[in-house]
Amino acid sequence: MPTRPRSSEANITVPHRPTQPPAPHSAAANRNAPAAVAPTVVVEGLSHWYGSGANRRQVLDQVNLTIHPGEVVLLTGPSGCGKTTLLTLVGALRGVMEGSVRLFDQELHGADRRVRQQLRCGIGMIFQGHNLLRCLTAEQNVQMGADLLPGYGYRARRDQARQWLRSVGLADQLHKLPHDLSGGQKQRVAIARALAARPRLLLADEPTAALDSRTGREVVELLRGLARDQGCSVLMVTHDPRILDLADRLVQMEDGRLSEGLFSDRALSGSVG
Amino acid sequence: MLDRLWPDRRIPLAWLLLTRQPGRLLVALAGISFAGILMFLQLGFRDGLFDASVTLHKRFATDLVLLSPRTMSSIAMASFPRRRLVQVMADPAVEGTTPVHWNFLLWRNPQTRTTRSILAVGFEPGDPLFTDPGLAERTRVLSQRGRVLFDALSRPEFGPIAAWYKQGRVIDTEVAGKRVRVAGLVELGPSFGADGNLLTSSETFLELLPDLPAGSIELGLIRLRPGADPAAVAERLRAQLPDDVAIYTKDGFVEFEKNYWRSSTAIGFIFTLGAAMGFVVGSVIVYQILHSDVSDHLPEYATLMAMGYPLPQLLGVVAREGLLLALLGYLPAWLAGQGFYVLIRNGTKLPVAMDGQRALLVFAMILSMCLGSALMAMRKLGDADPAEIF
Repeated sequence: MPTRPRSSEANITVPHRPTQPPAPHSAAANRNAPAAVAPTVVVEGLSHWYGSGANRRQVLDQVNLTIHPGEVVLLTGPSGCGKTTLLTLVGALRGVMEGSVRLFDQELHGADRRVRQQLRCGIGMIFQGHNLLRCLTAEQNVQMGADLLPGYGYRARRDQARQWLRSVGLADQLHKLPHDLSGGQKQRVAIARALAARPRLLLADEPTAALDSRTGREVVELLRGLARDQGCSVLMVTHDPRILDLADRLVQMEDGRLSEGLFSDRALSGSVG
Repeated sequence: MLDRLWPDRRIPLAWLLLTRQPGRLLVALAGISFAGILMFLQLGFRDGLFDASVTLHKRFATDLVLLSPRTMSSIAMASFPRRRLVQVMADPAVEGTTPVHWNFLLWRNPQTRTTRSILAVGFEPGDPLFTDPGLAERTRVLSQRGRVLFDALSRPEFGPIAAWYKQGRVIDTEVAGKRVRVAGLVELGPSFGADGNLLTSSETFLELLPDLPAGSIELGLIRLRPGADPAAVAERLRAQLPDDVAIYTKDGFVEFEKNYWRSSTAIGFIFTLGAAMGFVVGSVIVYQILHSDVSDHLPEYATLMAMGYPLPQLLGVVAREGLLLALLGYLPAWLAGQGFYVLIRNGTKLPVAMDGQRALLVFAMILSMCLGSALMAMRKLGDADPAEIF
């Protein structure tokens, strides 16, 4: 695996807000990296089916998508159109049937379990449900993410976990079990956990669904700050119109096909208002 | 500091999975402890019964033992020529010998007048027989004819001899149809084969059994000079003596007797089966607990896999759960085992004690029970599909 850029300790806590308006869709690639830097994700001609025989149903049809380092891509579309399937394929959770998915410059088509497991270490995942470990406190849950990082002592990883929790606004909930947290708090712990593994790609499936509008926007801003700092790309499925303006790029999906859309005025005005 | 010593320290997931559900943990530990106690009891009974078969054997003051090769156990002692014991004296390492008669005779209960088989041991009253020094003093009364020493620990079916004797009553009764008088008490303890014991002189013994071939004995005790190696002397004597005697060291004699009960009776089988049942019951309980634990946490395991945790590391979590259960379950089993052994000793007079070997054996069984169950529960982990959790 190529070495990934690692931010200093201080950077974790400062997910600074972008001061300028959202960059145009290819800005991330141009911003501070030479054009030679390989894209994080390249999807080409990806098709996927569920079921077999007469029940065989196509969910993805010749999907093409490229995500550059540090880019924030928002994926929208009606439910059942294949967004989640695309997410699991890009996340190396599912075998590729047809087409090509290149993740961190490695082909996923035909990759075995072990390769996929190793690639997943570079991906942070935020699920629709929080999927926290019920027997662990918030801090321990986040540390399960930090524990994936090699070369840090236990205490250092725990301190990182605490800092991540602080940065999602849960500094005073360190030792609570998921059971005792509200839905929004749980989701923020899940986000902190995903960030703690310092991923190069963050996959999120409607992460703001359980958050109120202010924290929802804050969290997406946090993710965006991370993208800036670490060159981490974000692919996020969302229905939340309030955060669409935070994306570098919007992608729409319908009936298994992607339509690469620029920012629509509707989306922008919807979020600002 | 700890960081440097243990750089790979992780969240103790196995421990937390177990302890955050104290109710379930308690059930699991109760099950494992129960299985452990069952194994301790069954194995304790088994070993205790085997040990009880040699209560008398262990008391003999001897280094080597001569037996007839036809002797199978203490309940069927064949005789051999007494001459052999005299021949043994020729060896420089031999300090002294004691010829012993050994047979089961019918004892008449002086109270109920019913008869019952009792183990009679006959020897020359002056000869050393048992290691207990106080005994030699008491055997002096046997030099008078028709006198016996009765084992006060014999089962009550032989009559209230000890109580009567202590009251100062003169107890005359019949052994093998001949009149004898109880001239004193000894404390030996019943064994597996013999419900009671009595000691008498060779002279009285031969009077009770007049049909015995002259010059034959059932047991020959050989005491060696200090420093002599019993095994080496036994080897030397074996080469010199004819085939009509078998020679054992004292430990070999004890083991020979135990081995008879082990191989020729169902005791070993029954109690080993009981211990095996404990093992099976414990395995089922631990498997149930671990399996439902894995099933309940399947989405969480899948999440960890999605995060990039390799499957072997998650299998390790289940294995550690098994290990923890074994350790936590063994301790109460061991403690309860100790308690039960005290109860058994008091209640049955069986020599049952917690010896290291059995403690280790039960621990090994609990460990394999828990790890085996963990191994089975791990298969369930294969069902965790990280693709299904989005």
